[in-house]
Amino acid sequence: MKKIILLCIGMAAVGLFPARLPAQDFLKNAQITGSFQADAALYQTDAAMGINSQSLNGQPIRMNGFTEVNYEYKNFYAGMRFEAYLPPLLGYDAQYQGAGVPYWYVKYKNDLLEITAGNFYEQFAQGMTFRTYQDWTLGYDNSMRGLRVKFMPSKGITITGVYGFQRTFWIPYQNNNRGIVKGLDADFNLNDIFNALANAKLKITLGGSFVSDYQAGKTMIYPVGDKVYTFNLPENVACYGGRLNLNYAGVNFYSEYAHKINDPSQMNVYIYKPGNSILFDLSYSRKNFGVEIKSKWIDNFSYKSNRSYTINGLDINYLPAINKEHTYALASMYPYATQTTGEVGIAAGVMYTIPKNTKLGGKNGLTIAVDFSQVNSIKKTPVNDTTPIGQSGTLGYATNFYSVGNEVYWQETQVEISKKFGKKVKGIFDYLYQTYNKAVVQGHPEDPLIYSQIGIADVTYNVNKKLSLRWELQGLWTKQDNGNWAAGLMEITISPKWFFSVSDQWNYGNSDASKQLHYYNVAAGFVYNTSRIQLSWGRQREGIICVGGVCRYVPQSSGLTLTVTSSF
Amino acid sequence: MKKASLLFIFLSVLVITFAQSDDASAKRKTIPQVNIKDVYGNVFNTANIENGGKPVIIDFWATWCTPCKRELDAINDVFDDWVKETGVKLYAISVDDPRSSSLVKPYVDGKGWSYTILLDQNSDLKRAMGVGPIPMTFVLNGKGEIVWSHTTFAQGNENDIIEVIRKIVKGEAIK
Repeated sequence: MKKIILLCIGMAAVGLFPARLPAQDFLKNAQITGSFQADAALYQTDAAMGINSQSLNGQPIRMNGFTEVNYEYKNFYAGMRFEAYLPPLLGYDAQYQGAGVPYWYVKYKNDLLEITAGNFYEQFAQGMTFRTYQDWTLGYDNSMRGLRVKFMPSKGITITGVYGFQRTFWIPYQNNNRGIVKGLDADFNLNDIFNALANAKLKITLGGSFVSDYQAGKTMIYPVGDKVYTFNLPENVACYGGRLNLNYAGVNFYSEYAHKINDPSQMNVYIYKPGNSILFDLSYSRKNFGVEIKSKWIDNFSYKSNRSYTINGLDINYLPAINKEHTYALASMYPYATQTTGEVGIAAGVMYTIPKNTKLGGKNGLTIAVDFSQVNSIKKTPVNDTTPIGQSGTLGYATNFYSVGNEVYWQETQVEISKKFGKKVKGIFDYLYQTYNKAVVQGHPEDPLIYSQIGIADVTYNVNKKLSLRWELQGLWTKQDNGNWAAGLMEITISPKWFFSVSDQWNYGNSDASKQLHYYNVAAGFVYNTSRIQLSWGRQREGIICVGGVCRYVPQSSGLTLTVTSSF
Repeated sequence: MKKASLLFIFLSVLVITFAQSDDASAKRKTIPQVNIKDVYGNVFNTANIENGGKPVIIDFWATWCTPCKRELDAINDVFDDWVKETGVKLYAISVDDPRSSSLVKPYVDGKGWSYTILLDQNSDLKRAMGVGPIPMTFVLNGKGEIVWSHTTFAQGNENDIIEVIRKIVKGEAIK
C-alpha cells in the first residue's frame, strides 16, 4: 500500500513540476499556512474528589499537541499534521499514546479537476452517507487515506469520488483490520446548468451518493444463549442516498434520504435489518426574523468500516444530534447524542430582533429566540411471534416509515433574550427546561429520566475601549441525578492582549453531602496576534462532551493546564 | 518516545518563531482557493472573495461559538458607519457542521446582520488558512492580500480592526 502511494506521489510530482521550473520560484512564490496547538496538564491528587496518585496512573504530566502545515504553489498543494500524545490527557482514548504523522496529502487543482493523494476530509451532502472529519477537542479523526478525485465538468456540476481506508488512532492498516471505503457523489445546481433557469427565483440543487465498504470475512461464529451460530456476513455494505434543496425568496426547503443494506455489526448487535435515515428541514428568514423547523428519522443507521467497533472511530457517515449545541457550562451538563439504532426527532426555533427605537425594542433593540426540540424512540415490533426484538442473527425488528415510539430520549425548551442597556452594558438571559434520558444516552439502565431547569445570566460591562468585565451566573435545578448546581464566573479582559477569569461550579444540591463540591478555576490568558497562551488551575467536573453523534467522556480532574495555540 | 517528544518540542519552537517573525520583505499571503458553499447551497470558490479594490474582513465563526457571536454583534453595532466610511465588506465564514449549518441563515437574518455569509461545513477553508480555535479574523487589502489577522475576541478588538482598515484606505503601511 505504502509503495503504491509513494509511486502515485512520485508520478504526480513528475507530472506537475517540469524540470525547467526554477527552484527559487518554487520557494519564493509559495504560500505556507498552518496551525499549532499544545494542551498540557499537570494533574494533582485531590482527596475531596477522590483522586489519588493511583488514579493518575503515575503519570501526572500529560500532553496532547499537533502542528499542521499546508504548502501552496500555483495549482499544487501539500501538507501534513504531526500529532503527539505523551501520554494523552485524561479522558482521551489511551490508544492515542504516541506521536507521528497521521495526516499528509498532496493535491493538484485546476478549474476542471482536483486530485488528492494521501489523507483527506470529505463530506457528501449533509454527511448521511459519508463524512470524514477531525475534531481536536473531541479527540476524533476518521480521515480517509487513499485517493480523491473531484470533477467539475461545467458550472453547477460536481462529481466526487473517494477510495481508501479510514484512520483510527495509530493502528496501521493491515490484515483487513478495517474496511476499504469507496464512494461516489454527484451534485447538480439546476439554475447553473440550464440557461432557462439562470434567472429563476426558484433555486434548485439536487444530488445523489453511493458508498460501499468492503470488509473481508464471509462468516463469523457467534454465540446466542447456549447455542453457537455461524453468521453469513455481507462483505460489501452499500449505502446510498439522495437529496434536494429548494430555495424561493426567503424560504428554504431541504430533504435528504439514505438507505443502507443489511449490515450486522456490534453496534446493532448483529441484526440483519437494512437501515434508513431521512431528514426534512424548512426555514424562512428575512431581515430581523428567522424561523426553522426540522425533523429526522433514523432506523438502524450506524455505518462503520469495522463491524466489531463500538468505540468512537471509523464512522463512515455522520448523524449529528438534532438539538442545539450549548456552550454555557450548566446548559451542557446533559448533552444529547444521536441514537443510531433508532430515533425520531423534531426541532423548531424562532428568532426575532425587535428593531431599535421601538416601544418593545427600546433604544438599542432586543433579540428574542425560542427553541424547542424533542427526540423519541422509534416503534419497533417483533418480526414474528417467537423472535424477541433485537435478536442477533435475525432481522431484529420491524418498523413503519417514520414511526414514533413512546420513550422520550430528549426534550428541551429554551428562551433566550439578548439586550443592550445603553452603550456600555450588554446582557444575555436564558431559561431552559430539559428532559434527558441518561439511561439510553449514557447507557446507565438504572438511571431515571432527568428533568432540569436552567437559568443563565451573562452580562458584559465595557468600562472603556480597552477594559471590559463579564459576569456569568447560572443555576441548574433538578431532583434527579446529582441535584442542584450553581455556577458563577467573572472575566476581566484588557483588549487586545490579556484576560483573567475566576469561576466556580458548585454542586450544592447533591444528596451526598461529601459530594457537594466546588469546582473552582482561575485562568489567565495572553493573546498576541494569532497566538494565544492560557494557563489555568482548578478542578474539572466529570462530564461528557458531544459533537455530532460522537461523545467523549471527561473524567473529573484537578490541576494545572496550559494551552498554547498559534496560526501562521 | 523521547525522540518523538524532542521532535515535537523542536517543531513547536520552529512554528512559534516562524509565526511571530515580521519579515516585511516576504510576500503577503492571499486567500487559498477552496470550494465552499453559499447559504443557498451553491459552490463558492474562495478565490472570488473580493470587494472591488476595497478592504475585506474575513471572520471565522459558528452559531455555537459565543465569543464569535459577540464579535459579530459588536461589529454590527458600528458596521453601517464602517461601510459608509471605508466601503469595507465582511465575509462571515461559518464553520457550523451539518448539525447546525441549516440554522446559519435564519440566525444571521434573525440577528439582522448584513454580512456576506459562507458555509465551510467541513472546515476545508479553515484548515487551508491555518485557523485554529475560533473566532479568528483576517483583514485583506484591496489587492486581496492578508495584512492583519487576530485570534479570539475581546470587547474593544473591533476598534483595532477599523484602525487597520482606515490605514488601508489611506494607503498607510501596516506592520
